[in-house]
Amino acid sequence: MSYGTTIKVPFGPQHPALKEPEYFLFEVDGDIVVKVTPRIGYVHRGVEKAFEQETYLHNLYLAERICGICSHAHSTCYTQTIEGLIPLEIPPRAVYIRLIMAELERLHSHSLWVGIAAHEAGFDTLFMYLWRDREMIMDLMEEISGNRVTHAINTIGGVRRDITSEQATKIKKFLEKFESNVKEYTKVLESEQTFIKRTKDVGVLKPRDAIVLCAVGPTLRASGIKSDVRADDPYLAYGEIPFNVITHDGCDVYARTIVRCEEMIESANIIRYALDHLPEGKIKVPPPRTIAPNESVGRVEAPRGELIHYARSNGTNKPERYKVRAPTLGNLASVCQTLIGAHVADIPLILAGIDPCFSCMDRVIITKKSV
Amino acid sequence: MSLFREAAKQIFRKPATVKYPFEPGIVPPGLRGRPVWDMEKCVLCVLCQNACPTAAIKMIPKGPDAGIEYHLDKCIFCAECADACPRKAITMTTNFELADTSRSNMVQHYKKPQKAQAQTQTQTQTQAAKAGT
Ligand code: SF4
Ligand code: SF4
Repeated sequence: MSYGTTIKVPFGPQHPALKEPEYFLFEVDGDIVVKVTPRIGYVHRGVEKAFEQETYLHNLYLAERICGICSHAHSTCYTQTIEGLIPLEIPPRAVYIRLIMAELERLHSHSLWVGIAAHEAGFDTLFMYLWRDREMIMDLMEEISGNRVTHAINTIGGVRRDITSEQATKIKKFLEKFESNVKEYTKVLESEQTFIKRTKDVGVLKPRDAIVLCAVGPTLRASGIKSDVRADDPYLAYGEIPFNVITHDGCDVYARTIVRCEEMIESANIIRYALDHLPEGKIKVPPPRTIAPNESVGRVEAPRGELIHYARSNGTNKPERYKVRAPTLGNLASVCQTLIGAHVADIPLILAGIDPCFSCMDRVIITKKSV
Repeated sequence: MSLFREAAKQIFRKPATVKYPFEPGIVPPGLRGRPVWDMEKCVLCVLCQNACPTAAIKMIPKGPDAGIEYHLDKCIFCAECADACPRKAITMTTNFELADTSRSNMVQHYKKPQKAQAQTQTQTQTQAAKAGT
């Protein structure tokens, strides 16, 4: 039923349902959203300018701090871009270690997201279980790299720490348990009526819209589009490892949840394969200090979708220009589209559906004289 | 149904959460905690200061205060300094309980022992010093 007039509802930048500062202006007709205007830039940190001021080695730690959840994805993308600038081939063992860390990160990021989705849908029990399991991944990563969040395992020219055989056994043992748990949770999600009622046909993103609005990552795959940087443009050792690109035809929040659950199983298989085929040898090669003028682009499938870094060198030990395109920026247009026609109560769930990471995304700040 | 089983099992299990401040926090041996300097080994070569991404290390090359000034409040525990040190004078400890209420406590000055300092000074410097006296 339409009320004829619409009401403007501001959402954010400080809002209990949104964990990060971002602003959306919703125009609602009764309970239905008819227009969405996002405003980004609240957490602009000047990262790109900071990149230009520091040396290549120091920037590695800046890149890692762009995002707290996918820190390894950013540092992998950074090293990949810089190694493309030099150009530098890294030892195969380092490639595999980076890949194992990247997949462990995907596991923890996806379990975090599915937990949040369950929480937003009012299913807190599952949220607790998933986050309990996630903690085990964090502990594993801490043991391998030396830190829970900012792993600092990547360096230009390889990795800084090796995976010992005891750690490999530990990871495999953990994966067995984690995999059976995730399968169990997926079954629960597929049969739990409250969850299905809350997420099915909510936030529908049609395959055509997903392509037109440049959605990336699990959001895109949940609209039935088979697109994954790991398969389309294999980096690290993804070309050598057999894995499936998970898609779902549901196009809704439910589909996004199932895609992520199944991707976790797939990631567990990738890690297992990589551990079994871990090449022997060196883990790093020394990089040069200065880099001749060149340009390079790095693409990585971060847990949230395609992540792009661009760098231009000018012969010094600092980049001349550095650009970061985080996956949330790719998904922002699509989420605004999916919010149209949604109920106000579903807004947090749909917003959470793209796994937003607004702080990673903000590259510009718009200042207007008159608002 | 299985969640119910899991919940029932949990009654007899230890809680998954660690009661941290009341129990010691258990960290793996490779944790990158606070770096510490062994000034007996350090030759004041400035490589750690150059390697540090956050400028948490300030080396004082000469004088009675010669040594390393370490700013805990700037450190991001990346271990680049430990990797860069040619004398392996820096070790990353697993100490992570580093909070303090005062900023001034966050700066630690590692002084170079005077005797060792004389030994590690370059030949020319010692010669010049001798000539001076
Ligand atoms: S650990 Fe990293 S941030 Fe801390 S002093 Fe060493 S180089 Fe600097
Ligand atoms: S790199 Fe090592 S030897 Fe050189 S100044 Fe630092 S601690 Fe001393």
